[in-house]
Amino acid sequence: MELAQAVVYIAAGIMLGLGALGAGVGIGVLGGRFLEGAARQPELIPMLRTQFFIVMGLTDAMPVISIAMGLYLLFAV
Amino acid sequence: MASSETLTAQEYIKHHLTNLTFGSHPESGLGFAHTTEEAAEMGFWAVHVDTMFFSILLGGLFLWFFKKVADNISSGEPNTAQNFVEWIVDFVEENVRGSFSGKNPMVAPLGLTIFVWIFLMNLMDLIPVDLIPWTFQHVAALFGADPHHVFLRVVPTTDPNATFGMSLMVFIMTIYYSFKIKGVGGFVGELTLHPFGKWGMPANLILEGINVLSKPVSLSLRLFGNMYAGEMIFILIALMYGPSVVLSLAGAASQMAWAIFHVLIITLQAFIFMVLTIVYLDMAHQESH
Repeated sequence: MELAQAVVYIAAGIMLGLGALGAGVGIGVLGGRFLEGAARQPELIPMLRTQFFIVMGLTDAMPVISIAMGLYLLFAV
Repeated sequence: MASSETLTAQEYIKHHLTNLTFGSHPESGLGFAHTTEEAAEMGFWAVHVDTMFFSILLGGLFLWFFKKVADNISSGEPNTAQNFVEWIVDFVEENVRGSFSGKNPMVAPLGLTIFVWIFLMNLMDLIPVDLIPWTFQHVAALFGADPHHVFLRVVPTTDPNATFGMSLMVFIMTIYYSFKIKGVGGFVGELTLHPFGKWGMPANLILEGINVLSKPVSLSLRLFGNMYAGEMIFILIALMYGPSVVLSLAGAASQMAWAIFHVLIITLQAFIFMVLTIVYLDMAHQESH
């Protein structure tokens, strides 16, 4: 395998892996806090769920971009 | 694919990620681009016809449907369409009430338009990836075009031009209302006096300037990135269909699973774009401290 191609595969692997790692940690912490808050004050669940989804969408954005670029590198370049 | 020659996976993906571009080419003159390179050579003034067509079509659909329901509104026994529209309007209004503290009659309609329009544009992602491009290629072939060089992307939000267009509009509105509500002095003061006091003015300006400029960029890139990734994964799943039965069945299952998950993402991204627009406009309406 040529070096250039190998480097592309390594780059795609790093992008996919680090993206998944960051999103996993971030959404894990977020979900844990959401459950804590929901257990403490169950009457706030509808409001907390909305906020949870907003922040999840914000957290999700960067990893998803890096995953898209990683897949593009892997399959289309 | 329309052509009988076999495409490699890379060509297939590239074909799906190329816009139907209309513009003035330096050599061949005004016309549609036949290759990605030609589209790039057309430069700044080239128009992505597919993005424009589908976004305007969906915007028109939204306006037509909501106008029709609003014209036939009744206080007695509402029909299904009226219930549906009222539910969306209530939902947006509740969000605007929750996060917008200033007085501006334009914010709630803007939020509604953004939410429904982006949702409809994202919804195009759930249509099977090859359906509309394949049909369009065949129709274009009837008119004498080479189907191999006919491109079509049906999801306007996977084109950064569309998302940046929307976020720049929000950005211009933010600047306009900042000047209008706070006055020139108030807005300049907010940009230059904030973290370090008046002796750290250049540092303040750099920090606040990055803060201001990062908003439209992150707003549009977030929507674009999510939709682009979704589209990319649909295209990769579409690559699994082929002569192998097992692989085709696996492709069908994964397409279904991803589509169901994607319903959540498209709604969430439309919602986030709306909420952030409201929040940014709210910041523009707050008097400086």
